[in-house]
Amino acid sequence: MNQIAIIGTGWYGFRPSTPEVSFREMVFEAATRAYQDAGVNPRNDVDSFISCQEDFWEGISISDEFAPDQIGGALRPTMTVAGDSLQGLAHAFMHINSGVADVVAVEAHSKVSDILTYSDIVKLSMDPVYVRSINPQNLHFIAGLDAVKFMERKKVSREDLAMVVEKNKVAGLSSPRASYASKISYQDVIDKDYVVYPLTELDIAPLVDGAIVMIVSTEEVAKKLKKDDYVLVKGIAYATDSANLETSELGKANYMRIASDLAYKMANVTSPRRYFDAVFVDDRYSYKELQHLEGLKISEDPSRDLNEGNFSPQGEIPVNPLGGHLAKGVPLEASGFSLLLDAIDYIKQGKIERALVGSWRGVPTFTGSVVVVEKP
Amino acid sequence: MKVNMYLNKRVAIVGAGLTLFRRRLLETPQEIAWEASRKALDEAGLELKDIDCIVIGSAPDAFDGVHLKGEYLSHGSGGIGKPVSRVYVGGATGVMTAIAGWYHVASGMCQKVLAVAEEKMSPARPHPQSVFKYIWDPILEKPLNPNLIWIFAMEMHRYMAKYGIKKEEIALVSVKNKRNAMNNPYAQLGSNITVDDVLNSEVLVWPVQLLDVSPVSDGGAAIVLASEDVARRYTDTPVWVEGVGWTLDNTEWPARDLSYARYVEFAARMAYKMAGIERPNKEIDVVEPYDPFDYKELHHLEALQLAKRGEAPTLLKEGIFDIDGDIPSSPSGGLLGVGNPIAAAGLMKVASIYWQLKGTAGKMQVKKPVHTGVAQSWGDLMQAGTVIVLRN
Repeated sequence: MNQIAIIGTGWYGFRPSTPEVSFREMVFEAATRAYQDAGVNPRNDVDSFISCQEDFWEGISISDEFAPDQIGGALRPTMTVAGDSLQGLAHAFMHINSGVADVVAVEAHSKVSDILTYSDIVKLSMDPVYVRSINPQNLHFIAGLDAVKFMERKKVSREDLAMVVEKNKVAGLSSPRASYASKISYQDVIDKDYVVYPLTELDIAPLVDGAIVMIVSTEEVAKKLKKDDYVLVKGIAYATDSANLETSELGKANYMRIASDLAYKMANVTSPRRYFDAVFVDDRYSYKELQHLEGLKISEDPSRDLNEGNFSPQGEIPVNPLGGHLAKGVPLEASGFSLLLDAIDYIKQGKIERALVGSWRGVPTFTGSVVVVEKP
Repeated sequence: MKVNMYLNKRVAIVGAGLTLFRRRLLETPQEIAWEASRKALDEAGLELKDIDCIVIGSAPDAFDGVHLKGEYLSHGSGGIGKPVSRVYVGGATGVMTAIAGWYHVASGMCQKVLAVAEEKMSPARPHPQSVFKYIWDPILEKPLNPNLIWIFAMEMHRYMAKYGIKKEEIALVSVKNKRNAMNNPYAQLGSNITVDDVLNSEVLVWPVQLLDVSPVSDGGAAIVLASEDVARRYTDTPVWVEGVGWTLDNTEWPARDLSYARYVEFAARMAYKMAGIERPNKEIDVVEPYDPFDYKELHHLEALQLAKRGEAPTLLKEGIFDIDGDIPSSPSGGLLGVGNPIAAAGLMKVASIYWQLKGTAGKMQVKKPVHTGVAQSWGDLMQAGTVIVLRN
């Protein structure tokens, strides 16, 4: 397999609501910027197009009908991956390596501000026989169970979770995309009431509108178009633990372990902690950042590393130095891309050379994706 | 568009499995997916532990009433602890599932892939048509409260008007496919009907009548794809994926020429170029075009370049597309005869071509020797085309 290159990025939004645009207009804005950045014309230079979306998020049945026009994919090989944007990127990787494309455009977006009944939509993703029928009063209950088991197993304290929130919300102040960045203290988090034990409102990343388009290509095309102004995808993988709550292992991010093992193998990474300069990982619940770091083999004792400051932007291995989801919000299927976008920005700013990106699809899924990106 | 005629890796189909296609199957969607998967694995001689990656295809989430349906189906498809993803192009998803399975292997990402498509339409109340109320542009179209048969009636009417085609000629597709389905052990609606039966059936939206339409079904289909070296270890009769193509036209269906499926033509040209096919009507031995409506089979045969525009009805009347004709079309019985669990129906067509080329199609086996077969599916707002070329 050949590695692929990210040659263009474009984004729009990252605000709690974007009333000035429809989701299609938002994607058009992001696509225009991505094509400009890559220096390609979608009608002539892009071989295939991938959209990452889910029907119920859009409020449209067969939502892929509305994918092609705003990315220039009409009457071209355009398809939808019903998954996180990093899964879409993996499909782009396969389009290129199978020989059907040299350049692929991947789109993901969130217009979550249009969803009036978010918690009901999430409940519809729970197994209709075994889970939905118990009519959970709080969509976060699975995260609560998972968090308690993880904290018990890894000796992580409530204060540790609050420290993650403080670290990320403060780090987000340096990101142009972080609508929810703020200078709060961990005491502010602890003082809040629980939404579901052990998580307060501040431990749960808010939702956000946003659209991200990435243009990927073979390395040969990247060199031709961008000289060395691109980022290489050295390894990419995704995995599902079990979609059924009753058969999944709570307290462990097995999906992240499986996906990262595959990605590390592809990228020839043997010691992740030493290899990467920074980690951009899903933190839509504060405990998830620590759990995912364990799954990614970045830390065997995340509580200790956190308390020693190893994960801070100035630490040994910065984790979410641009704020993660806690500061930026969760842009639904664009979540993985939002973390990848941070990694690319960090690389292009010259702060790091090698980054690890890990994304999760949220409750009630046990699916994660991992990407290893580097300077060429 | 780049199409690499010298593909990086050859990929073979080594197993296929179907469930019964029926209205109101008692099994859950996960159980349907697993039944098809188990059969495909059995035919391939593989166990789930041998499979590297899972690809899932399923059409609107609303049919099963489950959000993130790919996640839900991953359990039934055997996707625990593996890379699992769901691909989606509406009604064209079935063949896209096979295409995605192909590129999982062709890219070198995986060596053995299980591609599973499932649809359970019957839980939709009062009818799956109610789900289709939400496929329209929410601002421009939804307020008109259209239904799906309404727009297909427009398309059928346009096809008939443009080429002077009579309803009797189109009805022959339904007669042929339901007759073929009598040979298919999985079929829901095989029967010996006549053109008069079609013409006398209930008018839904003129000119679409009840027997012009495929039945609502539940069902699952699965195939196992493998790299060349693996395939040769497990079977002496691999069926190779030689070409793939897919296209999505623009969303604005009212602005398109409804008499011709150019999105299918574009997808077919991509697949044919990859497979080195220059004269489709001479080189393709058997075809499974997508036939949720009888006129659609004719529409698609033309877009697949197996008949000139407007001439498919004439060739049909001459018997070219019969099971003993020059280019047997829908020898499985198609969606009109087997049933139409949307995504599963498309993958059923791939499985049917696989069995034809393997020579194990039983009573469905076409009379002439076959070496090259094509499966195609279609969907979205009359805008998605997916095509796969297989050879033995």
